[in-house]
Amino acid sequence: MINGICRSLALLIVMTMAAQAQTPTYKITPELEEAARKEGKVVYYTSIEVKVAEELAKAFEKKYPGIDVVVERNGAERQFSKIGQEYSSKIYNVDIVNSSDAAHFIFWKREGWLASALPDEVQKIYPAGSFDPEGYFAAMRSSLSVIAYNTNLVEAKDAPKSFADLLEPKWQGKLVKAHPGYSGTILTATFQMARDLGWSYFEKLAAQQVMQVQSSTDPPRKVVAGERPVMIDGNEYNVFLEKERGAPIEVVYPSEGTPLVIGPTGVMKSAQHPNAARLFHAWSFTLEAQQLIVDKGGLRSLRPDIKEPQGRKPLSEIKLMKDDPVSVDSQVGDIKKRYLRYFKT
Amino acid sequence: MTATPALKSFATADGRHPAGIDLSAGVLGAIVLFLSALVGLPLLWLAVFAFTNAKGMPTLANFGDLVSDPDLLDPLITTFSLAGLVAVFAAISAAPLAWLVSRTNLPGRRIVRALLTASFVTPPFLGAISWEILAAPNSGILNRLWREMSGGTEALFDIYTFSGLVFVVTCYTAPYVFVVLSNALDRIPADLEDAAGILGASRWRVVRAITLPLALPALLAGALVAFLQAMTLFGSPAILAIPAGFHTITTKIYSLFQFPPKPEVAAAAALPLLLVTMLLLFMQSRLLGRRGYAVVGGKSGEARLMALGIWRWPAFALVMMVLALPLFLPYGALLKAAFSRVPAGPLDLANLTLAHVNFVFIEFSQTRRAFANTFVLALGTASAGTILALLIAYRVARQGGRTGRLLEALVSAPLAIPGIVLGVGLFLAYTRGPLVLYGTLWILFFAFLTIELPVAYQQMRASFRGLHPELEEASRILGATRLGTLRRITAPLLKSGVIAGWCLIFIGVVRELSAAVILSSQNTKVLSVVIFDLNESGDLGAIAIIGVTMLLLTFAIIGFANWIAGVGADPRRAVG
Repeated sequence: MINGICRSLALLIVMTMAAQAQTPTYKITPELEEAARKEGKVVYYTSIEVKVAEELAKAFEKKYPGIDVVVERNGAERQFSKIGQEYSSKIYNVDIVNSSDAAHFIFWKREGWLASALPDEVQKIYPAGSFDPEGYFAAMRSSLSVIAYNTNLVEAKDAPKSFADLLEPKWQGKLVKAHPGYSGTILTATFQMARDLGWSYFEKLAAQQVMQVQSSTDPPRKVVAGERPVMIDGNEYNVFLEKERGAPIEVVYPSEGTPLVIGPTGVMKSAQHPNAARLFHAWSFTLEAQQLIVDKGGLRSLRPDIKEPQGRKPLSEIKLMKDDPVSVDSQVGDIKKRYLRYFKT
Repeated sequence: MTATPALKSFATADGRHPAGIDLSAGVLGAIVLFLSALVGLPLLWLAVFAFTNAKGMPTLANFGDLVSDPDLLDPLITTFSLAGLVAVFAAISAAPLAWLVSRTNLPGRRIVRALLTASFVTPPFLGAISWEILAAPNSGILNRLWREMSGGTEALFDIYTFSGLVFVVTCYTAPYVFVVLSNALDRIPADLEDAAGILGASRWRVVRAITLPLALPALLAGALVAFLQAMTLFGSPAILAIPAGFHTITTKIYSLFQFPPKPEVAAAAALPLLLVTMLLLFMQSRLLGRRGYAVVGGKSGEARLMALGIWRWPAFALVMMVLALPLFLPYGALLKAAFSRVPAGPLDLANLTLAHVNFVFIEFSQTRRAFANTFVLALGTASAGTILALLIAYRVARQGGRTGRLLEALVSAPLAIPGIVLGVGLFLAYTRGPLVLYGTLWILFFAFLTIELPVAYQQMRASFRGLHPELEEASRILGATRLGTLRRITAPLLKSGVIAGWCLIFIGVVRELSAAVILSSQNTKVLSVVIFDLNESGDLGAIAIIGVTMLLLTFAIIGFANWIAGVGADPRRAVG
């Protein structure tokens, strides 16, 4: 099942198989710690939610005193343009980067901006396909783009069960959706849905008077506020966090499959703090760090030994759509154009 | 403008002036150089981008994309309609307010002035977020109340529409008009009005025939600023336009920076805005240039307040109702969100929490640094910008000429460029030689200075237009140098205008988002960016806490600045 989950980067494996002489791996050793401590800090660019990013930094600083984690949190797309701007101006600020848009890593690897850094634990424990075999990036987190509804406004028996259900006339004017032009998560989800359901699905969906918002964090908020009773897509982790805070929202895993969005991490080749970056990289895949992003962040971990909190359906029981960042990378312009044609924004 | 020829020729014979050494030529030369670099550098880089393709070869294809692609043409049309409507509505709503506050015995004028400043301090995108809480068609507090009262299912007001966007942008742009206008009204002396009154004109006739025409340059200047602000605004459209199903040129430009980025098309898309601005500024100077508007001269009397009579309190009520829109309602909504566990939840004890306060001030590592960065930048930019704008406005108003027109064009150009695009230009300019400033507060300082200078300049110029040169000429005749005259005669007379200019920049910096989003890095985050980030992750409670704290702090500083100004001897202020 785990294998099924992580076919995500399978295409990549095929592509790079030829080049794959056993990539060297590394462990957290006292020497690495010492070298990292000498550097004193690590600059961490991430699109993970700011509270979770701060928790992660705090946990690391507690475990490795003397090494500061400088968190630079931006939305995935903004982060992408920021790094692009910085690199085109020869500013090598970022040491290690994490993004919810896996296609970015295809681009960065192609540009030669990433370093090969494969933690031993990742290669041994994580499912094949969840990391780049050459070690340039690995799926530190993942999240789903889900359907959800407001439990005060919709009864469980009336709630949609599938993407097809959302086309029913009764949902006209009642749906909210995030935008692939602004959110990497939604770009990935849109690609997967268009591939599995066809673009005709979006054409019909656009006729449902959908409220369009930007970020994938927005739809859960609109549902909780009661602005629209049902969301077509948006972050599962926001739904979890809202629900656990007591908000009236319930998640639905559509019967056609749920889009899976992988959020890899990679170490930059021109990092100013290469050892601290490698230390942080390896640590972020440990059970301790992974359990933290699951518990506090509502994210999904690809570690087989992770404990899913109560009330959340385990990843292994959910039917998932297949992730394919290589295709997203090559089709991004086309996806945005078609989307604009149907939704007018 | 109305100086006698003899005085004029004497006053402009600078270098040959007998007494004292005149430093003005050197100082002004330095300013021209500095301005050229400040504004020229980012513009140059934008031009390079607009006229080259991704490989760096020269091309015009980017403009071809612009005209042929309806995806870009429609937003452009939307943007111009938005800006036009906002300018008109801002002028219509701000003019009576400014008149009531500056020229009548309206009760609580000081408080009204302060409250208007508060609405001005509110970043437009924070206002948009608050109005979402209030007037989203289904969940909005006002619409829910309306449904309960009327029993119907229809929304009273849908904020996710073009008119909703016009409304919100007007709310937070009208204060620009108010500040510029009320400041001009403060300085219109009563003798002209008295003369009209003696000649038998009714009270309203005096307002129409004397006060309004004299205030016209300021009203036009204010409306122009409102137009340009609305045109280049990013935050509010980003929040309201997408759900409404349309793009403005700024949201479109923002999407052009997303993966895969097309900065060259974005740069090209900014060009029509630049042209329109240049055209408007040109028209303004043609329109106003032909008439004399000087009201403060050597022989003028004081401003006097008109008694409203029985209309005093009704007028006060009206002002308060207008102020509810940008201020009372949105901040009420924000305060509720600040202390609610679930923002949309009911207002009861179970939903009450201090968790957001705790998060913002204790847990969240960026808060303190962002507050410090924001206010250091605001103070620095406001002080440097005021001096610069004052010197330029003085040079343009008193000497004009080709250098004057060049200065005016240079200082006004940034108005036309959306902050987002300017941010990119500034990024390109200051990440390579000779000045590498990225990652420091200096890049934000120069960015804010570039962005806010035009508004401060407009304010100063309106002040200078209202000030007759005869007082300065008298000083020059008596042997003072130009800078000495500027310091001892002009500056004190312009004090309220200068303070207003300082506050304009200060507030502008606090609420600036679009360039800051691109230029700030982890150590140099400012509050607007932190709020924008928090909005991305949906932390309404934290946004509300930061927003309210930001308002209070800004307010305290603005109040302090005005208090300092009030301590000095300004007879016309003492009246108000």
